[in-house]
Amino acid sequence: MAVAIALIALLLGSVVFHFLSPWNLTPLASNWGSMDDTISITLWVTGSVFVAVNLFMAYAIIRYRYKRNRRSLYEPENKKLEIWLTALTTVGIATLLAPGLFVWGSFVTVPDDAHEIEVVGQQWHWSFRFPGNDGELGAIHARLVSNDNPFGMDPDDPNGQDDVLIHSPKVQLPVNQPVKVLLRSKDVLHNFQVAQFRAKMDLVPGQVSYLWLTPTRTGKFEILCAELCGIAHFAMRGMVEVVEQAEFDVWLAQQPTYAEISAQKPGDPTVGQGLFATCAGCHGPEGQGNPGLNAPKIAGLEAWYLVRQLQNFKAGARGAHPDDQYGQQMKPFAGMLADRDAMADVAAYVQTLSAKPADRTVSGDTGRGARIYRTCSACHGADGQGVQALNAPRLAGMSDWYQVRQLRNFKQGIRGRHPDDIYGAQMAEMAKTLIDDEAIASVTAYIHTLPRATQTTMVSKLAEKN
Amino acid sequence: MAEIGHDAVSYAPPAEVGEMELVHPKTFIGKYIWSQDAKVIAIQYGITATAIGLVALALSLVMRLQLGFPNTFSLIDPSSYLQAVTMHGMIMVVYLLTALFLGGFGNYLIPLMCGARDMAFPYINMLSYWIYLFSVLLLVAGFFVPGGPSGAGWTLYPPQAISPGTPGSDGGIILMLVSLAFFIIGFTMGGLNYVVTVLQARTRGMTLMRLPLTVWGIFMATVLALLAFPALLVAALMMLCDRLLGTSFFMPDMLAAGGQAGHEGGSPLLFQHLFWFFGHPEVYIVALPAFGIVSDLLATHARRNIFGYRMMVWAIVAIGALSFVVWAHHMYVSGMNPYFGFLFATTTLIIAVPTAIKVYNWVLTLWHGNIRLTVPMHFAIAFIFTFVNGGLSGLFLGNVTVDVPLSDTYFVVGHFHMVMAVAPILVVFGAIYHWYPKITGRMLNDTLGKIHFWVTFLGTYAIYYPMHYLGFEGVPRRYFAYGETAFISDSVQTMNAGISIAAFIVGLTQLVFLFNLAWSFYRGREAGPNPWEATTLEWQTPHTPPRHGNFGDELPVVYRWAYDYSVPGAKQDFIPQNVPPEEVEMIDSPGRNARP
Repeated sequence: MAVAIALIALLLGSVVFHFLSPWNLTPLASNWGSMDDTISITLWVTGSVFVAVNLFMAYAIIRYRYKRNRRSLYEPENKKLEIWLTALTTVGIATLLAPGLFVWGSFVTVPDDAHEIEVVGQQWHWSFRFPGNDGELGAIHARLVSNDNPFGMDPDDPNGQDDVLIHSPKVQLPVNQPVKVLLRSKDVLHNFQVAQFRAKMDLVPGQVSYLWLTPTRTGKFEILCAELCGIAHFAMRGMVEVVEQAEFDVWLAQQPTYAEISAQKPGDPTVGQGLFATCAGCHGPEGQGNPGLNAPKIAGLEAWYLVRQLQNFKAGARGAHPDDQYGQQMKPFAGMLADRDAMADVAAYVQTLSAKPADRTVSGDTGRGARIYRTCSACHGADGQGVQALNAPRLAGMSDWYQVRQLRNFKQGIRGRHPDDIYGAQMAEMAKTLIDDEAIASVTAYIHTLPRATQTTMVSKLAEKN
Repeated sequence: MAEIGHDAVSYAPPAEVGEMELVHPKTFIGKYIWSQDAKVIAIQYGITATAIGLVALALSLVMRLQLGFPNTFSLIDPSSYLQAVTMHGMIMVVYLLTALFLGGFGNYLIPLMCGARDMAFPYINMLSYWIYLFSVLLLVAGFFVPGGPSGAGWTLYPPQAISPGTPGSDGGIILMLVSLAFFIIGFTMGGLNYVVTVLQARTRGMTLMRLPLTVWGIFMATVLALLAFPALLVAALMMLCDRLLGTSFFMPDMLAAGGQAGHEGGSPLLFQHLFWFFGHPEVYIVALPAFGIVSDLLATHARRNIFGYRMMVWAIVAIGALSFVVWAHHMYVSGMNPYFGFLFATTTLIIAVPTAIKVYNWVLTLWHGNIRLTVPMHFAIAFIFTFVNGGLSGLFLGNVTVDVPLSDTYFVVGHFHMVMAVAPILVVFGAIYHWYPKITGRMLNDTLGKIHFWVTFLGTYAIYYPMHYLGFEGVPRRYFAYGETAFISDSVQTMNAGISIAAFIVGLTQLVFLFNLAWSFYRGREAGPNPWEATTLEWQTPHTPPRHGNFGDELPVVYRWAYDYSVPGAKQDFIPQNVPPEEVEMIDSPGRNARP
């Protein structure tokens, strides 16, 4: 009896839960409303069956509960009933399947007027490529991927020269324009999921998969990775902004083409030396940093990282948070650098400075720090040298007090929460895994023990293998 | 029908195969350690599977701690979280459920229910267990090697599973793959035994269409496993080659840890096809024994024949066959040719028909029954409820279009836990409460059993039902933390905390069950040979627990199917399979009880 009542209560509870649940499909932003319809059909059909079958069972349990002088009905089979039930079920299944297949038919048929975008996944970043004026994506090959050619573009393919490369996890799409999304991965499996678009598909290394959709409303939509891709899977975030066609055109025109990027001159350290005079005031003539002025050591940082941070400071993606007082100090100095070239020049000069390890100022449990650092090492490398391909800067030998402050900032949302600082956003998610100040001190203390240069990084191991 | 009962005849054909010679060991070690008695091997399998299953249960609680209360516990970092995800899944599916249903229940019940003295090849059967134990130890060793066990997810998808940077890619993954290979070798030894025993060692009169559905379920599951596991074996060996010898079966040109990985030309999708060619039948390897066992629990405790026995058998066979042509429904968004979607959505939804028939027939078995609400019956009813829920949510994920928005979300986690974790485990519990009296001679404690039942049934529903709704919102699975995600509402975190609390309650309640198993072994009420008044042969043994050889001097002869419950005219409401028609005690005026 109790079990029959429990079944009925559970059924009621399930139905009530369904209607009260605050968790529904996210507001649709693409043409795939038909997917939502198939979900609704399935929900109603299966919901009714769920209630009907279980109510019947509960009723049977109550009606035929044990009585000493009752005998069960001996009825090995009832062909007629069984055939009826089979037929009814078949009809029900067909009702579910038919609309599903129908919608799938349109899912696999990309409209002829769809424009193309390529989504490139790697641990744990998104980047994008548009075909440029010729409407054709240039050839790529995984073998060609390097720090200078992160997309693996084939330099000899004329189709690729005007390809627009978005080396950032933020991308724009024009509203109401069907788009074929080509998906490619540089390393492991990923999955391009924008909940509001409904459509999703894996990115598989060694092949190109695709999906298509028409964004139907403007707005910003998060890109999540929906296929387990390693320890920072949960932090692999991107953003697609759907805008009006005109706005999209302007934005796209501002993005660099492959030819433009190839033509970029490397920074000039001689010019950089002149510009560095301003920096030296706080960061020291050798870029060794000055804790008294809250200026971290910068000698030893890679040029690409310096340039990106200078750009972030200048654009307000960093140092704009009201609680980031030292970042606010840096912001106007970054603003003094006229353009990306000037930043590249300074960065090139910083790279010529001899980098001695910074003094130790933080103490902590290095054993615990070593355990924590396993997570960090996935991007920053086992010995903290930084890995450009993973957008991870050098940690070893840098100012430990500064690392402590930045980890706290990341954790508290003071750094990395600006919508334009997406790599920072990933670090902010990772910094949250450091549950307290002791954890931050431990991992920083451990990082300080890492050798400045060894031959044991995974990357160099792999390089040797090849 | 002239004779009493559905298919009862007085005649049983003579035995076609002579009786097997059993080795009767004298020493303790021979009887209980290096034992060739299927019943002892069954218990060895059961204890080992339960022990490793408890590890997997603990790992699930590690996950729930992190999901419910993110960034609170310093020992749970993204690596250890993913390692818990991986080991939990792999252990539960392969090392617990497969081993327990086939190695445990299969070994105990097949010879007894078929009326055989033992498995067809007792020595190989013994080897099967020891190889299984070795594979479990190899798997556990993964926890103790540098880098720990694999954290690639239980599906072990390459390239990630063997890429540097993935937790356990140093040693854990190698141990996992080698362990799987040994598991499969061990299973094959056991599996061939089960199949040959069912086909060749049934007693006189035990036709295939008289077999209890338990045997049908385990038999068909074993056939599936023998055909499906080789795909996993091949996949595991190829991945080992990729990892150790630098081959490129599954590894394309790609980066690893920021540099060139040095592979060329492999296909990650090939692995997925091999994995799911095994992985989907695996669902039924777990489900079919559960289907069979629950059918027998329902019939016995409802005092009614299983409704539509022939349909039930054919449904098992049909599901088994169809389960080999649906595998790619796990891959709708994998990047395979999307045109596959049409085919696999169709086959997948077709499989729902025989499955639905089974559900109807279970419920119709209760209808017009005389239901004894024993502890096993509680679990059987809870199974139907849970399985209907999990089966219906499968109609979302099997239907390719509906799957796309929901795949890789918590909807999937809710679905597969309902259908292939909770539902089969409820049957495992029901089966243990049902057969424990035969195995030990004592009844399990009813009160403890009810406590165990209520917390487990209601608790698991509270854990998994809400997950479907998190999935509707698009909450992705296998996430260490959700951080700042605009479309994920704050209430998701509250729900996750609630789910975690429910999980802890359910997890701890399993200790009540373990206590009951131990306590009742010494203090339980004496069971007698046939406490449930059941018809099948295991309850008709001359000794309880049955001794080596099962049936004493003479094997039973079968005169009827397994479901002669409440036969009109018979005095008792059950007629064991080995009672010939002329020996059935009749009541004076048949027809009095014709229809209740």
